[in-house]
Amino acid sequence: MKFKYFPGCTLYTKGKDFDDSGRAAAEKLGFSLEELDEWTCCGATFPLAADNNMALLSPSRALCNTLKAGEDRLVTLCAVCHNVLKRTNHVLKTDEARRNTVVSFLEESYDPKVEVTHYLEVLRDIIGFEKVAEKVEKPLAGLRIAPFYGCLLLRPAAEMGMDDPDRPTIFEGLIKALGAEVVDYPLKAECCGAFQVLNSEATATRCSAEILESARKNGADLIITACPLCQFNLEDRQKEIAETAAAFKPLPVLYFTELLMLALGGGKEAISKDRHCVDPFPALRARGLLE
Amino acid sequence: MLLKLDPSKIRCEEIRDIETIAADSVYKCYQCGKCSAACPAAPEMDMLPNQVIRYLQLGMYEKILESNTPWVCASCLQCMTVCPKGVDLAKIMEAVRTVHLRRGENKLNINKLDEEYKARAPQIAMIAGLRKFQSLS
Ligand code: SF4
Ligand code: SF4
Repeated sequence: MKFKYFPGCTLYTKGKDFDDSGRAAAEKLGFSLEELDEWTCCGATFPLAADNNMALLSPSRALCNTLKAGEDRLVTLCAVCHNVLKRTNHVLKTDEARRNTVVSFLEESYDPKVEVTHYLEVLRDIIGFEKVAEKVEKPLAGLRIAPFYGCLLLRPAAEMGMDDPDRPTIFEGLIKALGAEVVDYPLKAECCGAFQVLNSEATATRCSAEILESARKNGADLIITACPLCQFNLEDRQKEIAETAAAFKPLPVLYFTELLMLALGGGKEAISKDRHCVDPFPALRARGLLE
Repeated sequence: MLLKLDPSKIRCEEIRDIETIAADSVYKCYQCGKCSAACPAAPEMDMLPNQVIRYLQLGMYEKILESNTPWVCASCLQCMTVCPKGVDLAKIMEAVRTVHLRRGENKLNINKLDEEYKARAPQIAMIAGLRKFQSLS
């Protein structure tokens, strides 16, 4: 099974480990991610201004190219790319006037049959979590994982259509399939502060501190996410949080694919050595998952 | 706080521009405050999200201009998820920012960010920051 895949800028560089572990885990699960030709940055934010057609061009081009490649599905890993591509696709499918403007500017044609599918949806709906569980070589027994959804993976629910943003279950399903324990906590679908880290750093630091504390209080060994910006903020803010809260204990934040690959037998290579600014190895060793 | 309303400002051009850009009406809101209760960025805002809408309803556009709220909004969509009236407040916040940015007013100069920070932050943070806070002109 092959899928057209949109990696996005961050997964090419700072989030390379997300891409590497995602591709490697796919091979183990019997599918492969084939990079879309000539993709460009999705723009990293879906334009919320109804007259901003310019910001729809790049994601629309990726959708048109998917179709040109003879495919009707584009798979994503990065929650930000996923949100932008999926919401753009929704505009192209439902707003004929905007579709005509965008598509004629690109000198393309578009048949709205393309679907944007997140890697997690591939695991749940195409492969099946029970099949994932069968392929697990090293169950993550005893590991207490707090899933972090953030804002972009699930919202707006009517357009993203992946899961209920108030009571999501997709990460939970995966965690159980890997043999680990799910940590339920109230802030799992909150916002880490996102791009506000550049403008209102205090917002990102406080939001991240609240999320980390909520996960920790409920017994998490670590957090998993599908968003490179959440992964970055939640780890990178910890230095600053520790300066003001003496009792603060660091909590690692991993891409879900790193743990997926670990469970599929990837060994310690599955976990990034240099990307994490909070070392995830002690938490994994403490549960006997690594030597 | 005593507010003096100016009926001639209600539905003034600036506010209509915001409604057009947001493709939503500020008059749908009945001020229940659920958006503000849900907003994760509210502690750093100097005006609650529902107050932004209220001032827009009352034609008090200048109040919004003085507020940091649209610039602290993280576009996280919590507000629109909980709003019982289907107001897309995140779009209204974006429309307020858009009006400024289209006038060429920058909120943030990305070039002035710490070099070391820029080297470590992911691209999506930078690109989203440029889109949200920097004018095209
Ligand atoms: S939740 Fe909706 S109706 Fe209630 S105050 Fe906010 S915008 Fe208005
Ligand atoms: S989109 Fe903005 S106003 Fe709405 S809840 Fe999020 S930060 Fe608050």
